[in-house]
Amino acid sequence: MAVYLDHNASTPLDPTVLAAMRPYLGTRFGNASSLHRFGRSARNAIDAARGQVAALVGAAPQQVVFTSGGTESDGLALFGAAAGLAPGRLLVSAVEHSAVLEPARALARRGWELALLPVDRDCRLDLDALDAALAGSTVRLVSVMLANNETGVVQEIAAVADRVRAAGALLHVDAVQAAGKLPLDLGALGCHLLSLSAHKLYGPQGAGALVVDPMVALEPLVLGGGQEQGRRGGTEPVAALVGFGAATALAVAELPGRIAHLGALRARLEAGLRAHPGCTIVAAGAPRLPNTVQFALPGYDGGALQMALDRLGFAVATGSACHSGRPSHVLEAMGLAPEVARGVVRVSFGKDNRDQDVDSLLAALGSLRSALPVSAVSGGG
Amino acid sequence: MDEQIYLDYAATTPVDPAVARAMAECLGTEGDAWANPASTHAAGRAARARVEQARAAVGAAVGAPAGWVVFTSGATESNNLALKGALRAQRKRGKHLITVKTEHKSVLDAAKALARDGCEVTYLIPDRQGRVAPEQVAAALRDDTVLVAVMLVNNELGVVQPIEAIAREVHARGALLHVDAVQGLGKLPVDLAALGADTLSLSAHKCYGPKGIGALVVRRAPGVVLEAQMHGGGHERGLRSGTLATHQIVGFGVAAELAVARLEAERARIGALRATLETALAALPDAVVNCPVTLGVPHILSVSFRGVHGESLVADLPELALATGSACSAASPEPSYVLRALGHDDLTAAATLRLSLGCGTTAAQLRTAVERIAGAVARLRALAPAA
Repeated sequence: MAVYLDHNASTPLDPTVLAAMRPYLGTRFGNASSLHRFGRSARNAIDAARGQVAALVGAAPQQVVFTSGGTESDGLALFGAAAGLAPGRLLVSAVEHSAVLEPARALARRGWELALLPVDRDCRLDLDALDAALAGSTVRLVSVMLANNETGVVQEIAAVADRVRAAGALLHVDAVQAAGKLPLDLGALGCHLLSLSAHKLYGPQGAGALVVDPMVALEPLVLGGGQEQGRRGGTEPVAALVGFGAATALAVAELPGRIAHLGALRARLEAGLRAHPGCTIVAAGAPRLPNTVQFALPGYDGGALQMALDRLGFAVATGSACHSGRPSHVLEAMGLAPEVARGVVRVSFGKDNRDQDVDSLLAALGSLRSALPVSAVSGGG
Repeated sequence: MDEQIYLDYAATTPVDPAVARAMAECLGTEGDAWANPASTHAAGRAARARVEQARAAVGAAVGAPAGWVVFTSGATESNNLALKGALRAQRKRGKHLITVKTEHKSVLDAAKALARDGCEVTYLIPDRQGRVAPEQVAAALRDDTVLVAVMLVNNELGVVQPIEAIAREVHARGALLHVDAVQGLGKLPVDLAALGADTLSLSAHKCYGPKGIGALVVRRAPGVVLEAQMHGGGHERGLRSGTLATHQIVGFGVAAELAVARLEAERARIGALRATLETALAALPDAVVNCPVTLGVPHILSVSFRGVHGESLVADLPELALATGSACSAASPEPSYVLRALGHDDLTAAATLRLSLGCGTTAAQLRTAVERIAGAVARLRALAPAA
C-alpha cells in the first residue's frame, strides 16, 4: 500500500462525503433550475451546501459563488473584480499560485499596471514593501494568498487587509490551501474576495467557491443561464457541490483535531529530517500550515528524489503539482540558493496519515542516502 | 410524495449506473484514480491515465482525435470559451460574430458580453420551425467575421440545423464555425469533420454523465486560435487551466461511449414513443407541435396550447416533471425567448410544454402524461374559454 503524502495537490474523498454525494449521482438527478420536484430537490441540496461552505469561513450563504474549482475562483476574483474597476495598479504577491499570477499578467496586457510584492527568505510577505507599493499611484486590487501551496507559509492577512482597505483597494485572498487546515473567518481576515476549493479538503475535484463581499461589483467569467445570482452561469454540479458542503462541514467539526494531528506529524518528520546532516527545511522560521514540510537534502535533485520515493511507494511532490518539471517561482522569489531549490521536495500530510507513515518515509530517505553512490548524490545536474 | 414522471431529459439526465460505477473508482481511496492527474507520482499517473482514456472516448464519440478535446466544467463554459476565446484571440481578423436568436443562453450571454467589449454581433432569426437557412448565414458573413455560432439541436424545440451547409458558407469566407452539440450527442450521429465545425461544445449531463463536466472540442488547424478564459497551470494545452476533475472526466468518457453504442437502438425506441406521443397531443384541440419530428430529434417535443394559461397548465400537472421553456434559465418564469424569436406571441409561448424523453421513458408513462395534459387543458379552457 502506497503512502500518500501529497495532500496539497489533492486529497482523497472522505467516505462520508462520498455517501452524501451518492443520492445526487442516483435518483436525485434533477437540474436545479427546473421547477419540478426533481429540480427543487437539487436546488434545496445546493442551498444546504452553500450554507455549509459559508459557515466554514463565517460568511453569509448569499456571499458564496460556486465555481468549478480554485483556479476558476481565482480567475473570477481577479477578472471579475477588475472589470468593475477603472484600470489602475494591481498588486499580487510574488509567491501566488499561477491561477492568480496568470490572470494578473493577463490584466497587465489589458491596461493594468502589475507589481509583484516581494517576500522574505521565509516566504513571508514584506509588509514594508506593501506599504510602499500602496503609497504610490492608485492601487485598486491586491491579491495575497493565505497559505502558500509549496512552502505552507501563512501570511498575515489581517495586517495586509488593514493596509489595503486604508488605501481604498479591494483584497482577494486565495485560501485554497488554508481551508480545512486553519480556522478561517472572513471578518477577521478582512478581505473582499476569498477563493476555496473542495478537493483540497477531502471533497471532490471540480468544485470550488469564491466568497464575495456584497460591495464588490463582480463581472461573471462564465456567462449564461443566470445561475449563482448572475455571477456564474451553467448547470450546477449538484453532487459535487453537495460533496463540497459535506467536506466543509466535516472540516469545521474536525478542525481542532486535524490541526493537532497534522502538527504532530510535521514535528515528527522535521525532527527526523534534522538528523540528516545539511538538511534544509524551507521557511522553517515562518508560521506554516500544520501539514506542510518542504525540505532539501544536500546533493539530491528534487525530481530524482521524488521519483526514487515514488518507486518505494511514497507520493510526494517537488514544487507544485500544477507545473511539475519547471523550477518553482516561489522558491525563486524567496531567494533560495539554486542548489538548494533544485533539491526541494514537499511532503503534505493528510488527516489519515499516521506516525508510521513518517517513520517509514524517514527510513526510506535513509536507505536512499546509503544506497546512492556519492556521484549520484552530489551529481546535481 | 409520489414520484413524478420524468419527462425533462433535455434539462438533465440521470447518471447511468455504469457511469456511476466508473466514477466511484475515482472517488475515495478504495479506487485507484483519485489523485491530482497533474501529479507525477504513481497515484497522479493513475489518475492521468484514466483522464486520457476518457479523453479518447469523448473525442471518438465525435470523430475527433483525443488531443482535440479540452475538458471544461460544462457546456456553458465551453460555449463561453468558444465565443470569447475566438473573438479575443483574433482581433486582427475582425470583431464580427454571427449567431442565432434561438441559441442557448450561454452563447447569447457570451455574445452580449462581447458586444459590450466592442464586438459587433449579428443575430439571425430562424424560420417558424426554428431552422436557420445557410443563405441567411451567407448574407450575414463579412470579411471581418471571426466566428459563426450555430447549435446543432435546439434544446427547446429539438430542431436540427443544417450545419454542414452552413459550414461551407462560413469556411468559404474564412471564418470559423462553432457548434453547440450538447443536445445532439447520443441523439444523432455527431461527427466534427462531417459537420465542418471548428469548435464543438459537449456536456456530460445531457447524455447520462455527471453534471459539472463538459468539453470543447477544438480542431487543430491553422487559424483555429482561442484565448483561454481560465488561466494558471497551463492544463489542457493552455486553453483551460485548473485541476482536472478525474471522476467527472471518467464519467463523461463512459457516458460518451454509451451514447455512441446505444444511439441507433435508443433513437428507434424513442422515435416510436415520440410518434405516438405527438399524434396524441396534436389531436388535442388547438394544440400546435412547434417542430415536427421530420425537422428535429425525436426526444424533444415542444407543443403549445393556445388560449391556455401556461403557468396554470404546469401547476395543474403535478405528476409530470417537464419544462415550459428551458430549464437552464435559473428558474426564470418568463415566456421562452426561443418561441418568441420564432414569432409566437407571449401567451402562446407561455402556454408551451417541452416534453423530452429518455432512457427511462415508457409507453405507459406517456399514456399517463397525455391523459393528464388533456385533462388539464380541458379544465383550463373551461375556466377561461376566452383567453
